[in-house]
Amino acid sequence: MIYLDNAATTMQKPQAVIDAVVAAMSSMGNAGRGANEASLSASRVIYDARERLASLFHAESPRQIAFTCNSTESLNIAIKGSLRPGDHVITTMLEHNSVLRPLYLLQEQGVDLSIIPSDAKGRIDYADFEKAIRPETRVIVCTHGSNLTGNKVDIARVGAIAKAHGIRFIVDASQTAGVFPIDVQEMHIDILCFTGHKGLLGPQGTGGLYVREGISLPPLKSGGSGVDTYNTHHPQLMPTALEAGTLNGHGIAGLAAGVGYIMETGMDHIRETEQRYMWMFYHGIKDIPGVKVYGDFDTQDRCPIVTLNIGDYDSSEVSDELLMTYGISTRPGAHCAPLMHKALGTVEQGAVRFSFSHFNTEEEVKAAIAAIEELSKEE
Amino acid sequence: MRKKELKLVVTFHTTADAMAMEKACKAHQAPGRLIPVPRAISAGCGLSWCTELSDRECIEKVMKEVGIEQEAIHECMV
Repeated sequence: MIYLDNAATTMQKPQAVIDAVVAAMSSMGNAGRGANEASLSASRVIYDARERLASLFHAESPRQIAFTCNSTESLNIAIKGSLRPGDHVITTMLEHNSVLRPLYLLQEQGVDLSIIPSDAKGRIDYADFEKAIRPETRVIVCTHGSNLTGNKVDIARVGAIAKAHGIRFIVDASQTAGVFPIDVQEMHIDILCFTGHKGLLGPQGTGGLYVREGISLPPLKSGGSGVDTYNTHHPQLMPTALEAGTLNGHGIAGLAAGVGYIMETGMDHIRETEQRYMWMFYHGIKDIPGVKVYGDFDTQDRCPIVTLNIGDYDSSEVSDELLMTYGISTRPGAHCAPLMHKALGTVEQGAVRFSFSHFNTEEEVKAAIAAIEELSKEE
Repeated sequence: MRKKELKLVVTFHTTADAMAMEKACKAHQAPGRLIPVPRAISAGCGLSWCTELSDRECIEKVMKEVGIEQEAIHECMV
């Protein structure tokens, strides 16, 4: 199988990640639940993961990194914990449902929502943020990269706008963490939400969020914390405040190894390899009659994603044919980004997404180009 | 692209139901496979069970036996 669905999850993981999970499963107690050697071993691994992620994102301290199950949980904590009825929030049409659905829910509860429009290439106009800001604007939340088109958002620019107006800035880094540099200080990011199983190359069921020092988020969950047992409330200090219950220690061990692998291999090398495959594929298919590519390819700075349709074929048919005839895994249909599909005009047809890993090969990319050439010729 | 044929396509309320369907059909040696939901049925995402029109009775029997509720059973060009 040629796996080109890395924006959904990076299926091929570094051996170091697999080894770390296996080792954790035979040695880990419950982190923060005692001082026996097994428990300490888990606490050390998890703290090490916090340190690596804090270093990767330039957080003030490892304590500002809390672990969750995924970006969705992180975004729910960040969004729901930052807005009250009467507040105003700004987001964009590029967002995934993990941003939009919490916002729609809050909208029903009296939060006012403005959505920055996108053009037909999936681009936003940054001046629209300034125009949308009001005295009651409390949060700007946006993605670092569209999961549908691969278009990136200049979060440093949006962060500067948010900072100038004293607005909290929440970033969804699901598609970019581990592949693109993120500096929460330079980019003025107040809360960064990430998943472990995509660019960070860790196991599914891992993720987390960076929360700037001084921001107190009410937790979604309360419960066991390993400290302060006789307090009737969940402790408010980071990271314990956002980590009720036993953490996914085995998974976090893998996530730490994933970050370690990225640091050793070099994020630049990983990104450049993935982008090379993306451009190779893009140039190989863009002029094939009947092929329509979505997104902004006028810039070099984009996620390694190419999304397309062939004629008016149903995207699920094309994806199914790619799998059954050529053994190529892609994702068709709607990609949990309803407003982006509206902007691109692909609500009915959906779109076939090809997303690349540095573990792919040129031969695999060539095979994918040849498959699209053949499919577009057939009646 | 391959020529379309009229097929039986079963849609489900959840992905969990679709996976239960695959498991049940394998266990009962009932024919078919999971495919993305065709646009003719619904724009969006999700999985459906695709098989030959003539397998309808067999499929319905398996679903009844294991207690899987379909969203709908369609006959459409796939």
